[in-house]
Amino acid sequence: MTSLAAGCARRQPPIARPVPPATATPPAVTAAPPAPRPTERIEDPLPVPAEPLSEDSIANRLLDDLNRQSPLKPAFFGLDSADLDDRGRAVVAANAELLKKFPTWMILIEGHCDERGTAEYNLALGERRAAAVMTYLVSLGISPNRLRTVSYGKEFPFDPGHDESAWGKNRRAQFVITAR
Amino acid sequence: MRMRFLGVGSWALGVLAVAGAAAFAGARQAPQQPAPAPQQPSEIAVVISGDPGTPPRYAIPDFVALNPEAAEVAKTVAQVLWDDLAFEREFYLIPRDTYSTVPAARTADQINFNSWRELGADGVIFGTVQRMGANVRVEVRLFNVRTRQAVFSKEYTGTDANPRLYAHTIADEIHQQQRNLRGVARTRLTFASDRNRERVAGPVENRDVKEIYIADYDGANSRRVTTSRQLNINPSWSPDARAVAYTSYVPVPDIFISYLYRGVRENPTKRQGSNFLPVFSPDGTRMAFMSNRDGNPEIYAMNVDGSGVRRITNHPAGDSSPTWSPTGTQIAFTSDRSGTPQIYIVGADGLNLRRLTNESYADRPTWSPAPFNEIAFAARTGPGYDIKIFDLASGMTRQITFGEGTNESPAYAPNGRHIAFSSTRAGRWQIFTIGRDGRLVKQLTRDGNNTTPAWSN
Repeated sequence: MTSLAAGCARRQPPIARPVPPATATPPAVTAAPPAPRPTERIEDPLPVPAEPLSEDSIANRLLDDLNRQSPLKPAFFGLDSADLDDRGRAVVAANAELLKKFPTWMILIEGHCDERGTAEYNLALGERRAAAVMTYLVSLGISPNRLRTVSYGKEFPFDPGHDESAWGKNRRAQFVITAR
Repeated sequence: MRMRFLGVGSWALGVLAVAGAAAFAGARQAPQQPAPAPQQPSEIAVVISGDPGTPPRYAIPDFVALNPEAAEVAKTVAQVLWDDLAFEREFYLIPRDTYSTVPAARTADQINFNSWRELGADGVIFGTVQRMGANVRVEVRLFNVRTRQAVFSKEYTGTDANPRLYAHTIADEIHQQQRNLRGVARTRLTFASDRNRERVAGPVENRDVKEIYIADYDGANSRRVTTSRQLNINPSWSPDARAVAYTSYVPVPDIFISYLYRGVRENPTKRQGSNFLPVFSPDGTRMAFMSNRDGNPEIYAMNVDGSGVRRITNHPAGDSSPTWSPTGTQIAFTSDRSGTPQIYIVGADGLNLRRLTNESYADRPTWSPAPFNEIAFAARTGPGYDIKIFDLASGMTRQITFGEGTNESPAYAPNGRHIAFSSTRAGRWQIFTIGRDGRLVKQLTRDGNNTTPAWSN
């Protein structure tokens, strides 16, 4: 992690950024000045998902581009459930690490449901999914001030299909970066 | 938007016309019409009855255009009136394409009652339309074919902006006079629709905008209420039908009230958390809604201006989708506190909670207006949902849709005889109406996806 952060700083040194809140900053980063350390590359410690973006490209992207191919992975839920299972928790934990690395990011946690529930009930279910993720993020040390939740019920499916595979993708908490 | 009637019509005129038409007809056609009108026609005398055990049979030929510019309005009014009267199923409406055997009448005294009688009509409606610039004058009479007397007679004047409204008004008044029934021809529906195919402006792409629309009860005259290019959902009417409340994502979901005739939009909940599913109390002073302001979806009630917030439910499960009882003393809502979503009732003071349904999944309760005492809801009946109705007096549940697509979000008409709902039975999501007995399904919308209807008073 230290080397990643250092690597990041090495490749794009002098850009002024808002000073991260101390609490949210991993101590390793504050300890490491931007010492250009040569190539010795450690494997990525984050269980970061497929199509990983290299961190410098994350830092440079426009907000819209960033969200278009978000480094924050969605967490998926079981049918009619707002409980994060082990896989869901792992995804949220990985997102939490990323949020600690980019402590200025503000996040909107969107709760979504599949089409098998009714429109009205799904608003409450999506609300509870987003709340479950937020609670877990806060327990991992992310400031609640950086997080907001919204429920979209079944209004915005990720996959418009009508089968198990589509429904599984649609029961999710999706992370949108609203400021950085 | 709403047409103003400068109608001279009134009950007094109607009664006069009963006597007057007979006297008038008598003057011209003395031989055929010797019997004098009764001095004080009783209510029985003005009600047209059918053969014993069958509904009265009505014929509604095209209204007579008194000048050429009125031709289109004349045709529209007759057809819409036919549809309106057929909707309540109080009369048998003789199909309009079977009238060719009856000679057309230009004036009321040319009406060929014998021919109408041969066609099986108990009542025939004769109307005229005159156009004067942007104004329209519609005269209508309902004749009892047997007695040849006009039992209903009125005249309306107004603009030509919405000719259908003349027919709706006539239909409501005939239902009132003939059947003592409150018709719904002048009521409207509100719903959410993605028909304008815009995309939400925001960080995530490819999300369709939904806006709030209103339309006449028959789906005609639809108009857009919101223009926020965001997600706008779950509209509901104020009891005076002059305002619509809904959830708008700004981008956090919050409750807004659009006052349709004042052009004013208010935001009573003022971003106190996420707020959804607003419903006006029957007296229009309060609003129940769902909010996560205390961390979990719960039911709240507030004054329409946002003051006087009161929490109604308190449970770690999700409570959603409130609906008021007709007296405003109770609220039914959906909760999954038992493990699955079910319908519950609680006093508006938060006391006396009880569970109503025992379905595999039940949501969106809508309390019927009086005199019916029942709650319609969407219940899982297979892969999808159907509309069911829980009768509060007997505790019995009946089903009114049967697996044609999936069917959600029932909403009662103000006379309790019809239910609007959203369904996928025609492909995409569309709004339909159905009788509370499960008969006469009618599709109202066709453009885009249309969901979550609410029916105005």
